[in-house]
Amino acid sequence: MDLKDKLISSFMAFEDNVDVEHPVHDVRMEAIKNFEAKGFPSKKEEAWKYTSLNSLQKVDFSIFPKQENALEYKDVKRYFLHEIDTYKIVFIDGIYSSYLSETTHDGVDICLMSSALTKPMYKQIIDVYFNKVASKDESLTTLNTAFSREGAYIYIPKNKMPKKPVEILNFATGNEASLLLQPRNLVIVEENAEVQIIERHQSLTSNEILTNSVTEIFAAESAIVDYYKIQNDAGTASLIDNTYINQKTKSHVKVHTFSFGGKLTRNNLNFYQNGEYMDSTMKGVTILGEKQHVDHHTLVHHIEPNCESHQDYKGIYGENSTGVFNGKIIVDKIAQKTNAFQQNNNILVSDKATINTKPQLEIFADDVKCSHGCTIGQLDEDALFYMQSRGIPKKEARALLMYAFANNVLESVRIPELKTRINKLIAKKLGVNLGFDL
Amino acid sequence: MLKITDLHAQVEDKEILRGINLNVKAGEVHAIMGPNGSGKSTLAAVIAGKEEFEVTKGSVELNGEDLEDISPEERAHKGVFLSFQYPVEIPGVSVTNFMKTAINESRKANGLEDMPANQMLKLIREKSELLDIDRKFLSRSLNEGFSGGEKKRNEIFQMAMLEPKLAILDETDSGLDIDALRIVANGVNKLKSKDNAVIVITHYQRLLEYIVPDFVHVLHNGRIVKSGGKELAMELEEKGYDWIKNEAVV
Repeated sequence: MDLKDKLISSFMAFEDNVDVEHPVHDVRMEAIKNFEAKGFPSKKEEAWKYTSLNSLQKVDFSIFPKQENALEYKDVKRYFLHEIDTYKIVFIDGIYSSYLSETTHDGVDICLMSSALTKPMYKQIIDVYFNKVASKDESLTTLNTAFSREGAYIYIPKNKMPKKPVEILNFATGNEASLLLQPRNLVIVEENAEVQIIERHQSLTSNEILTNSVTEIFAAESAIVDYYKIQNDAGTASLIDNTYINQKTKSHVKVHTFSFGGKLTRNNLNFYQNGEYMDSTMKGVTILGEKQHVDHHTLVHHIEPNCESHQDYKGIYGENSTGVFNGKIIVDKIAQKTNAFQQNNNILVSDKATINTKPQLEIFADDVKCSHGCTIGQLDEDALFYMQSRGIPKKEARALLMYAFANNVLESVRIPELKTRINKLIAKKLGVNLGFDL
Repeated sequence: MLKITDLHAQVEDKEILRGINLNVKAGEVHAIMGPNGSGKSTLAAVIAGKEEFEVTKGSVELNGEDLEDISPEERAHKGVFLSFQYPVEIPGVSVTNFMKTAINESRKANGLEDMPANQMLKLIREKSELLDIDRKFLSRSLNEGFSGGEKKRNEIFQMAMLEPKLAILDETDSGLDIDALRIVANGVNKLKSKDNAVIVITHYQRLLEYIVPDFVHVLHNGRIVKSGGKELAMELEEKGYDWIKNEAVV
């Protein structure tokens, strides 16, 4: 049985464990119908031209973990931003771990999707927000929606800001031969409220893991959201990340994506600007080797006038790795005075590495500033000689140049400890022994 | 210290150096002058080991050791320093971090431990004062957005930090106003000792009023066509290069 059939037949078993009377279940049923009609995307579709899910569909994934697995904090501490205090929402093989988590209801709600989807006190909010910005026809999103049950639920009321950043961690332990995970996150940041979130998927096993994640983010008027995605997973773990952001007037949302690990990673990052005078920022650093594959698909839809968007993605591709950047910007006819910037710079350090980069601009307004640029290159020989002439060996000089190339994306990271962490990850990934502290 | 014998070098089949002979001893300052395109910068780059230039004949020896097949970084570790005519911008690496990396790599190559942080800071403070460099400047990305003069001053700052045995200053005076020129020249003079040597490459005599050479060589068409004392530089300033060119033809 192929993966699609297995998923569809598993839906009935799934229904035994959820409240089918809850209105959310109508949404799930609609979603499974859509997924059944569409199936997994194939390379024939333009959006999936360079990323194939064929081999993943041949894996006999378990759809539900059979048992709850425990982890000791000391064994997974390094995956947390343990240098500072944070709220933590932790899942092990898709199941919430209260032992590793630190949630709160003190003025803000930083807790579980499973509670939000079942408890009456959240019903009103779920009715307004759940599956409202996520696509209803993109097949992988509908697949997640159909099986949506667990994930992070974050609600920040008007004028509030949680005392500390929130970490969402998804661990996979490998007790199953191969496991499919489908976390579903909902983040609502009300008027003039603010939140910082760090999301990470971490497999602790060499068994095959596939995560198909959906995150919906709603930023109300003047809200500020900083979202950091750390993708440094094991070489047998694949991730399809579908993130949908609905922004209102004067809000600021930044998403940073750091892609260093994993087997296959697909990021579908979608911004919808429903208001004026707002700003959307997407930044990415991708450093790959071996046969790793990362595909960044971004969309910014400028729906109203006087808004900005900024995209800056840097990639360094070694060995047989492959990268994709597809940045789509839509500017509606009424969205005058839009400023949209997009930049994608890549360095290929191996003859066998590949990058496919494509800006896709659909501009219907006439008074806008849109710029895009993509470069693919090698390291600057003059800069290498300059550094060598000061005594820095060629290998270190190369690493330092790559480090510097990627590093300037980090300027906008607002959690200093996270910035240091990412800096170190970049240095480690590039094999650079920095002669200085970060 | 430096002995160049019948040096020929080419880039992409174009011969630029066509038989250079030069002998530089410790404690000496040599000036290499010459019209544009005479091969001055090529000579500097070949001494520093730029791979783009192919040495087809002759040799460069440093303290008796042939530098052929020695990488640029190893030459630096042996005490060669080239101040670039056009310093390269390195965004994302601060001046301080760059210097720390360079100094510690050099120490590592010479079997020394990393320089302790407090000693490094002291050195940076000392040398930046010598060149009248604002401390804020040191945390900026290397050469990025620096003015021409700032770049050159920064080159001499790096030279002061690395304390080379042989310093080659390639057109260090270009882009400097008179005040900056004085600061840079003063820095170079303070670093001069009986144990190190300096090669000043320049188009004009101006810098040589501040860094007084023991010898002046005129490079033309890839060869040294005339050598003399510091008075040769004045003569060139007065007469221009044409008489040298004419003399060379004869």
